[in-house]
Amino acid sequence: MTGPSGDILSAIGGVPRPPTDVVVDAREVVKRFGALIVLKGVSLEVRRAEVVVVIGPSGSGKTTFIRCINHLEKVQGGRIFVNGHLIGYREDGGKLVEDREANIARQRQEIGMVFQRFNLFPHMTALANIVEAPMRVRGVPVAEATEMGRALLARVGLAHKADSYPAQLSGGQQQRVAIARALAMKPALMLFDEPTSALDPEMIGEVLEVMKELAREGMTMIVVSHEMGFAREVADRVVMMDDGQIIEEGTPEHFFTSPSHERTQSFLSKIL
Amino acid sequence: MHPLSLLADSSGLQFQFDLPFFLKFVFQPTPALIGGLAITIYASIIAQAMGVVLGIFSALAGMARNRVFRTISQVYVWFFRGTPVLVQISLVYFGTPYLLGGLDLFPNHAVLGPIDLRGAVLAGTFALGVNEGAYMSEIVRAGIMSVDPGQTEAAKSLGMTYGLTMRRIVLPQALRVIIPPLGNEFNNMLKTTSLMSVIAVQELYGNALNVYSASFKPFEVFFGVALYYLLLTTIWSTIQGRIERRLGASTARVEEPRTMRRLFGLGGSGAAGGR
Repeated sequence: MTGPSGDILSAIGGVPRPPTDVVVDAREVVKRFGALIVLKGVSLEVRRAEVVVVIGPSGSGKTTFIRCINHLEKVQGGRIFVNGHLIGYREDGGKLVEDREANIARQRQEIGMVFQRFNLFPHMTALANIVEAPMRVRGVPVAEATEMGRALLARVGLAHKADSYPAQLSGGQQQRVAIARALAMKPALMLFDEPTSALDPEMIGEVLEVMKELAREGMTMIVVSHEMGFAREVADRVVMMDDGQIIEEGTPEHFFTSPSHERTQSFLSKIL
Repeated sequence: MHPLSLLADSSGLQFQFDLPFFLKFVFQPTPALIGGLAITIYASIIAQAMGVVLGIFSALAGMARNRVFRTISQVYVWFFRGTPVLVQISLVYFGTPYLLGGLDLFPNHAVLGPIDLRGAVLAGTFALGVNEGAYMSEIVRAGIMSVDPGQTEAAKSLGMTYGLTMRRIVLPQALRVIIPPLGNEFNNMLKTTSLMSVIAVQELYGNALNVYSASFKPFEVFFGVALYYLLLTTIWSTIQGRIERRLGASTARVEEPRTMRRLFGLGGSGAAGGR
């Protein structure tokens, strides 16, 4: 078995500690695509070491919402703070102006993201994928970055795949490399955008194992996923989104035993 | 009777092929012709390199969010693709010094080591490079657009800036799409340099023109110089083929390393043996 061997975060020198108790503070976030309003005032607070799982039907805005958190999407209203910093914008006389590109890039260094389609760099080996940003963005020396990269690969069970190109890896392996790549920047927060929905069923487990391990080690995480088993095991909170709004929030147990909203009940009945 | 000998022997016929002259022209090239060949080669390389650099900048400007950059790129491509390169060469060489109040932009002699950088060569190469940039702009743009947007998002999410994302992630992947048409562009460039003769550059064709006016042997001279161009483009085709095979092998290697290497190894030796 090439599953994760415990203590993933020791590979990057321990759990990156967010400087503030509240890591994510999203307030009344509004997002429009033309006439379509995708987010209708979403507010969410995520505290240090908390694991929040976001569920909801497709088109409910959950993916768009986490993409706003690292400013892959602009917002038309509201504010998002990560580690106390306003993301993507600066306030200029009460108005929000999009921040300079370099500042946005700096903010993103603190926020790891894992994509549904992995998005590994196909022209680089697994190891090169991982060391690229630490070296080019953070200026970590080659030897140090390589050592960290190999350690990360070992912790996600892929030590033997360091020199493989993404196309030589299975979906589950690619996603584990993608998680290692995001962790290499020592982010204070990890965002997962449906990390297992592009995977064949037999590969979902290996990716979830890595994510569970991260959650146990105290990583702050927001996970868009319908994996309720994962939610039950490690989530501190589950958030149900529908039609651009958060309609229900609670512990995993609450969602399993007594979801109050009728839409939540019908949604859960379909995925459980 | 042999038909050719009929042609050659009948004094009334126009076609008189001077074989010794032709062989001498082709196989014992004068230093001037060698010099012309050199100009053709380095002017092509410099102009193409300039075109690639300008093309990358123009493509990036054309895809920028800033409207001013986009407009500059559009006008550049519009003008240089929409006018004859022959006119552009004349415009640069004769026109710009005139516009700048007779400033000698292209002095007659600027010898840089072994390279004879005469003003006309400089102006011609510059014009060809700027012209090429407009074509490369479209090619680079298509290459960039062929790269999955998820690549840019992944790079951004790792805190990479726009420049770093382009340089390290997007452009290397765009290369796969850019290289084949780039090779064709260079093939064209080798031949298009002959237009520099209009501003009296003594490149390959300009030289042939001189020999022709001194000898009045048009077929021998122009067919001979055509062979020179053919030699250049043939050599380039071989190089291009190799580059593309390597590129194909490197992308294929990602999928099936051993099989592909074996296949290419077999294919390569088989083709060589067959010819």
